[in-house]
Amino acid sequence: MAVSRDDVRHVAALARIGVAEAQLDALVTELSGILAHMEVLVQVDTTAGAADEPAGMPLAADEPGSVPLARAREDGAPKMRDGFFLVPRLATHDDGERSA
Amino acid sequence: MTASLLAGAAAGIAAAVQAGTATAVALVAESFRRGREVNAGRDGLNAFVSSDEDLSRALAASAPCGGPLAGVPVAIKDNIATTYLTTSCGSKMLQGYVSPFEATAARKLREAGAVLIGKTTMDEFGMGSSTEHCAFGSAKNPIDPTRVPGGSSGGSAVAVAAGICPIALGSETGGSVRQPAAFCGIVGVKPTYGRVSRFGLVAFASSLDHVGVFGRTVDDAALALEVIAGPDTAHDATSAVRESPALRHVARDLEAMIIGLPREYFPASLSAEMRDRCDRAIAALRARGAEIRHVSLPNTALAIPAYYIIAPAECAANLARFDGVRYGVRIDGDGLVGMYEATRSGGFGAEVTRRILLGTYVLSAGYYDAYYRKAMQVRERIRQDFAAVFASGVHALFTPTTPTPAFRFGERSDPYAMYLSDIFTVTANLAELPAMSLPIGRVTGLPVGGQVIAPKFAEADMFRVAYALEAELGQAAHR
Repeated sequence: MAVSRDDVRHVAALARIGVAEAQLDALVTELSGILAHMEVLVQVDTTAGAADEPAGMPLAADEPGSVPLARAREDGAPKMRDGFFLVPRLATHDDGERSA
Repeated sequence: MTASLLAGAAAGIAAAVQAGTATAVALVAESFRRGREVNAGRDGLNAFVSSDEDLSRALAASAPCGGPLAGVPVAIKDNIATTYLTTSCGSKMLQGYVSPFEATAARKLREAGAVLIGKTTMDEFGMGSSTEHCAFGSAKNPIDPTRVPGGSSGGSAVAVAAGICPIALGSETGGSVRQPAAFCGIVGVKPTYGRVSRFGLVAFASSLDHVGVFGRTVDDAALALEVIAGPDTAHDATSAVRESPALRHVARDLEAMIIGLPREYFPASLSAEMRDRCDRAIAALRARGAEIRHVSLPNTALAIPAYYIIAPAECAANLARFDGVRYGVRIDGDGLVGMYEATRSGGFGAEVTRRILLGTYVLSAGYYDAYYRKAMQVRERIRQDFAAVFASGVHALFTPTTPTPAFRFGERSDPYAMYLSDIFTVTANLAELPAMSLPIGRVTGLPVGGQVIAPKFAEADMFRVAYALEAELGQAAHR
């Protein structure tokens, strides 16, 4: 199934990755080329003898605990203040302030 | 004396440190001397993305001297969290990032007395088969620096193959330990899914990711795996009941063992030289008492298409966390969404971007059933293929690890051609089986590996086959 320039724009927006117009054609070619090799899956009949869910393995109890840290989280984050991660303002915040 | 010790077995190093005839500090110094030697000049191997001799000497000075890896220098892939040195995953996105917590596998090595000497070169976030997709430069194959060392754990394989350290940690999603082990002429092990904790391994595709080990010999790899395996209360997807297996005292003969040869792994396209090295290994298995049986895994041809649907889908979800807020770099843009897009397009390289887009596409409305759901159904068929063969009485399988020896830099510029490097290894990840590669000879002067695959949690049987094959082949494994 060949992908289009619009498909690439759409999935790039979903994935929050900025893709320049100049990159689109190359990505269309690459993704279409890769997906062409996946078409073989469509022909596989998976209706007969539908797979049972695998039994899995015994797992530990789902009891979350805190991770011991050698350094503060601030060390790994781009910007923090008062224990909060700082992000740029959303446009909607600006709208909210104007209407208030 | 320290140089010859470092060139020997990990168990020998630990015994010398335990006995007080060698020190961890001297071993670290020798390891860094060897590292500088192989990194010099145009053909420098570039095994590490970060290392610090003063730091490693300090770690060595305080390392416990009584453990099974006392004083053993170890290299760790750059996507396994350590509180010293970077955990940058070979990516600009995490350039310079130092983790505030330590991966369980890294902690277990440290507690066993091993000393971290560096974080190793890797394809960005584990996506690649050559280390050509590392943001900080490729590692080179020690046997022929014009060729790739394999990937994504290429730097770890290089560190061991070049004699910088006897043991290294890597990670696997589709063959990223076994393929570079084969290309560099060493041993690489992917344990059963759930055998080794993934706590602190930066996630690429969580249902396929594993922590694995490299060793110069089967015994070095067994020792390392014994140390890092076992339950972990910090990681719920690690088996809670499978204690670390005893691997180093398994029988060295193969009497009463049945080893299967899946015909799909010996295609007509396999070169005559590669087939010859495999035949020699199969003869060695017979000589040690194994019964050889021809078997079939009929869905093998579907493994690469299924893998390259499932892995990118999981990658698209896992890598959503790199948004310029919680970790790593931030590139300012127009508002919050603009910052996300600028950070992610500037932080991720071409292959990671391609896989995130591919994964997002196959999960998006209208394509989920055609691609992702179908791939998951095929994955179950691949699992059932293996289950049927093992249920028929076969104890382990033998295959070539890769179709070819190491290729040249730039030779596989087409993404799908690169993906085919993993054709014999991805199945064990899809089926969650233990698998390992060990040297079986050289083709056109380059190392090639033989792969042993065993049923889930049957690492002891897998190592029994590997020990026997290594012993029977002797020096022929490197010719």
